[in-house]
Amino acid sequence: MSERPFTSTSFQQYLAEHRLMATRCGTCGALHLPPRPLCPSCFGEAISWEEMSGSGHLKAFTTIHIAPTAMIEAGYGRNNPYCTGVVELDEGPAISAQILGVDASHPQGIAVGIRLSVTFVERGQGDGRHTLLGFQPAVG
Amino acid sequence: MRAKKLNRGVALVGAGMSRFGAFPADTTRDLFVQAFREMRASVDKGLDPRGIEAIYIGNYSSDLFEGQGHTAPLMADWIGLASRPATRVEDACASSGVALRQGILAIASGLYDMVLVGGIEKMTNLPTERVTDTLATAGDVLYEIPAGFTFPGFYAAIATAYMARYGASPESFMKVGLKNHENGALNPKAQFGATIRTMMDRRIASAKAKGRPMPTWEDEMAFLHDDNANPVIAWPMRLFDCSPISDGAAAALLVAEDLADSFSDVPIHIIGSGQASDCALHDRPDLTTIASARLAGEQAYQMAGVRPADIKIAEVHDCFTIAEIVATEDLGFFAPGEGWKAAEEGVTGRGGRRPINSSGGLKSKGHPVGASGIGQVVEIWHQMRGEAGERQLPNSVDLALTHNVGGTGQTCAVHIYERRR
Repeated sequence: MSERPFTSTSFQQYLAEHRLMATRCGTCGALHLPPRPLCPSCFGEAISWEEMSGSGHLKAFTTIHIAPTAMIEAGYGRNNPYCTGVVELDEGPAISAQILGVDASHPQGIAVGIRLSVTFVERGQGDGRHTLLGFQPAVG
Repeated sequence: MRAKKLNRGVALVGAGMSRFGAFPADTTRDLFVQAFREMRASVDKGLDPRGIEAIYIGNYSSDLFEGQGHTAPLMADWIGLASRPATRVEDACASSGVALRQGILAIASGLYDMVLVGGIEKMTNLPTERVTDTLATAGDVLYEIPAGFTFPGFYAAIATAYMARYGASPESFMKVGLKNHENGALNPKAQFGATIRTMMDRRIASAKAKGRPMPTWEDEMAFLHDDNANPVIAWPMRLFDCSPISDGAAAALLVAEDLADSFSDVPIHIIGSGQASDCALHDRPDLTTIASARLAGEQAYQMAGVRPADIKIAEVHDCFTIAEIVATEDLGFFAPGEGWKAAEEGVTGRGGRRPINSSGGLKSKGHPVGASGIGQVVEIWHQMRGEAGERQLPNSVDLALTHNVGGTGQTCAVHIYERRR
């Protein structure tokens, strides 16, 4: 089976299938998320897809009260803040994602370092429907 | 590593800026002409604009903010230099810091003897949410923005990582805002020409005049902790931790060093220049530092042959209060994790050991993003020549530094300046 191209379009298709996919460099072994068509660690071009476990921890976060248009359309804003952050996966790479299942109205209760697991968020209607990467506190 | 050197020296012989603020009646052209006129008036021995050979203009996004692309030739035309090679430089909020560097390189190469560098931005035409969207395009729109990040959000995330590692608190950041508003209150060009105390007292007076319930803030810190007076934008960044949405322009004149005396009684020599880039925030190993600022700073210090301790004054990129603290560490003024303590102890105030952002910084002076880099140069020009009025530093400023960041550090430009007489 030929690999899907190492593009954001493919990454997005995998998300729609509820799979978090990174790229592995066959030359130096480095793992990259977001996926890279050319290895930024060694310039290698022997790339393959690799599925992530979806487990990691919160490296940095914020709760956003003044939201961009896309998040306002999703129902967020001044009276309904949301949490977003940088999540470092157990495999090593880190990625930006919305953090769900935490109380964004009380940021003092959210801590850098908490364990998280991946979740997939469906947004939009009709042709605008798409899947976004999210994380939530790990159970157990 | 061998220090990189310029092929010939470059001097700053004039600098000026428009006021920064919200100016519904002025376009970027009008603001740029204001900046140009003030720059022209600042050239001690006079400037014949016909001598200007090339123009570099920093501008982030006139396309999205004003619906006007291709702005550099327009600016050249509006100052009567339509035929000169005019180039727009875009590196987000570092656009004019990088335009300055392009002007320096153009003179150092020997191609030109006299170059105009400037910066422009007109942000207040758009409502806040569209400004938020436009600024967000300086991040990664494929992988960062879909997560819900905004620019205040990025710096807020840096703040949570910094607090978790070093023990700083939201109060540490508030101290930066208090200090920069104190400085900006003395700057007639500043968007907020008032201290936080003054703004707080105005609110109390307004409530009294309107017969509304009187606020009961005991002091400025109580005011800054009030969710109504100082709402959270992206925790822990509140309104008074964020630079404003601004219009403005700035301009500076560069000449080959051997021509400096024919323009200026007190030329300012640009002895160090550095620039570096970086990946998206989530790809960086350490979120409590901006690696491009460290690299650009090292390049500039090496070229100049000076150390951080030698610098008398610095204008750093305080787009958010946390950014100033991180900048003072990245530039080597304080050790990692010590910058927040210095801010709390007043070390970075005008009377402190390490004055930072005597202009009021982007926080108080305003942040018309593409103009901010040259706006920093204008403050350095005045401070080094003893022309900074009420905010003039007490000690002689013979060595200065500017630090201009684009995005969350995907770009950084650092410059070092010397006064020799």
